[in-house]
Amino acid sequence: MTTTTSGGTSDRGVIHDIGYRHYTGPRLGRRHIVTALYADSLRGAYGLGRSAKSKIIPMGLFVLMAVPAAILVLVTAVSKVTEIPGGYTSYTFKLQALIPVFLAAQAPVVVARDLRFRVMSLYLSRPLRRDDYVLAKYAAFATAVFALLVTPLLILFAGALLLKLPFGEQISGFLPALAGDILFALVLAAIALMIASVTPRRGFGVAAIVTVLTVMTTVGLSAEAIAAEHGSWTLAGHLGMISPFSVVQGVQTWLFGADNPAPAGPQGTAGGLIYTAVTAAVLAGCYGFLLLRYRKVSVS
Amino acid sequence: MLPEATTSRYPGAGPRLLGPVRHYARSVSLLTTRSLTRRFGTVTALSDLSVDVSPGVVGLIGANGAGKSTLIKILLGLLPSTSGSATVLDLDVATQGEAIRERIGYMPEHDCLPPDTSATELVVHLARMSGLPATAARERAADTLRHVGLYEERYRPIGGYSTGMRQRVKLAQALVHDPAFVLLDEPTNGLDPAGRDEMLDLIRRVGSEFGISVLVSSHLLGELERVCDHIVVIENGRLTRSSSTAAVTAASGVLALEVDDRTEELVALLREAGLHTVLDGRTVAVTLDGDLTYDRIRDAVVRLGVGLVRLEHRRHHMTELFTGKNYSTGSRT
Repeated sequence: MTTTTSGGTSDRGVIHDIGYRHYTGPRLGRRHIVTALYADSLRGAYGLGRSAKSKIIPMGLFVLMAVPAAILVLVTAVSKVTEIPGGYTSYTFKLQALIPVFLAAQAPVVVARDLRFRVMSLYLSRPLRRDDYVLAKYAAFATAVFALLVTPLLILFAGALLLKLPFGEQISGFLPALAGDILFALVLAAIALMIASVTPRRGFGVAAIVTVLTVMTTVGLSAEAIAAEHGSWTLAGHLGMISPFSVVQGVQTWLFGADNPAPAGPQGTAGGLIYTAVTAAVLAGCYGFLLLRYRKVSVS
Repeated sequence: MLPEATTSRYPGAGPRLLGPVRHYARSVSLLTTRSLTRRFGTVTALSDLSVDVSPGVVGLIGANGAGKSTLIKILLGLLPSTSGSATVLDLDVATQGEAIRERIGYMPEHDCLPPDTSATELVVHLARMSGLPATAARERAADTLRHVGLYEERYRPIGGYSTGMRQRVKLAQALVHDPAFVLLDEPTNGLDPAGRDEMLDLIRRVGSEFGISVLVSSHLLGELERVCDHIVVIENGRLTRSSSTAAVTAASGVLALEVDDRTEELVALLREAGLHTVLDGRTVAVTLDGDLTYDRIRDAVVRLGVGLVRLEHRRHHMTELFTGKNYSTGSRT
């Protein structure tokens, strides 16, 4: 056989076809594949590598979450107070309304897209394992949520250090908030992905996630407040767990000693243990559900 | 001359330096199935299927619902069989699915492309999902997309592609990691005649120029006849035929001739000369009986003083497998 130079037909310009070359380089293993899927999904969660349109919502929310932090730092600097107004833990709580929007808009991008457009066939016919797909997608989305939550905290902390606020106070406020945000990202990402994985149509996924998160949060907080009003603190504590946000905040308070903006929160050690157990159960349940869900995905 | 890698049809046979995933040698079996059966509830999709195919371009032919896609999924190691066994590249589909999927490429029948990414982005990503390092994935994706005939448009989102372009992207993702064997499920589906021809040419190139074995399924026999070395025909999940294309389309013992005038008189003359002759439209089919047959035809044509338009050895058509009609003599056998 001789070298062909016919690859480019005249109407497509001249492209010199040097013929097919076999790939002789390395083929990397499972870890590489999972890492590559993780990186691609994380970029996808913020619309990177996708159209400009798909960047608007995630990037917009990212900025909306971070801007108030920058303003708070400015206010602190101008007013010369010795602490960040509101502190670290309550920052996430105050901007809580934005988080379900991010979860609802981006969880379908991370998982439902592959189901809806049947891209799963292309993954499943490769060495990638189903469980590894779930792991990579979950890790990527949890990281995306964590980035959303932690960026304003980092701005606040960096601002506080620049303003030379007392380091001890700052670090003891920052670390529990950081730990809480890790927990938030893990729990919220698991819930959102679970819902998105059963609603391949993007619109349904968005609606379902917003509904579940906001309804549960509202119901949880209201029930907790009503019970607290009647002085039944234990009951109030238990009712608070209806809200996924309150559950994580409860653990954050109990384990890391963060301020709790909830009406009651976990009551005593028993309450703390229950909150922690519920958080662990939610995580395990959602992740287990995802694993089972992807066992059932067929190649066609 | 090209380097050995591209001149050898089955590169595993040559002394080429190979990556961790070896290309098959000529002696390796491409796929075998032993009494392979798959039932879905009461429906039997595959029934007692036993075939043995060597590397090359293999056509899998059957009507819709004959069990082609079921067989492909079993060969990918993604669907367990109800009973029986199968191997792909000498790997057991039941226990070595992951090893098989490292060595093969798969092009699904259905649409499977996300509309919001470009062909380049998608193919690079899928190359990495097959274990290629980032740089290699980018190079291979660009090369493969060019080989399947996608040029500048590969940077645009797939959502705006025509069916023909989508099929090319699907083929490119199956080839990007340089598999030893690609399984193409109905690759010509939904294409217009020109697109169909281009896709078949591509498949032929994958087999001959790229040296990659191909299993290509279709419900159209005629189109696979042109590109395949071996044909497997299944009907209602059962094997109807498995043979090499050369055997199926071998030259038959029949000559076809056409003259410009007085065809019927010629037929009469040939019959007089003791030749078994059948008139099929304008074509005269004469059963070949030694070299003397040619002389008699020549004499008859000269005697009538007509012009001989065509005289050729007829070949069998694969369509005969289905219809039972023997086109070489123009009669049912």
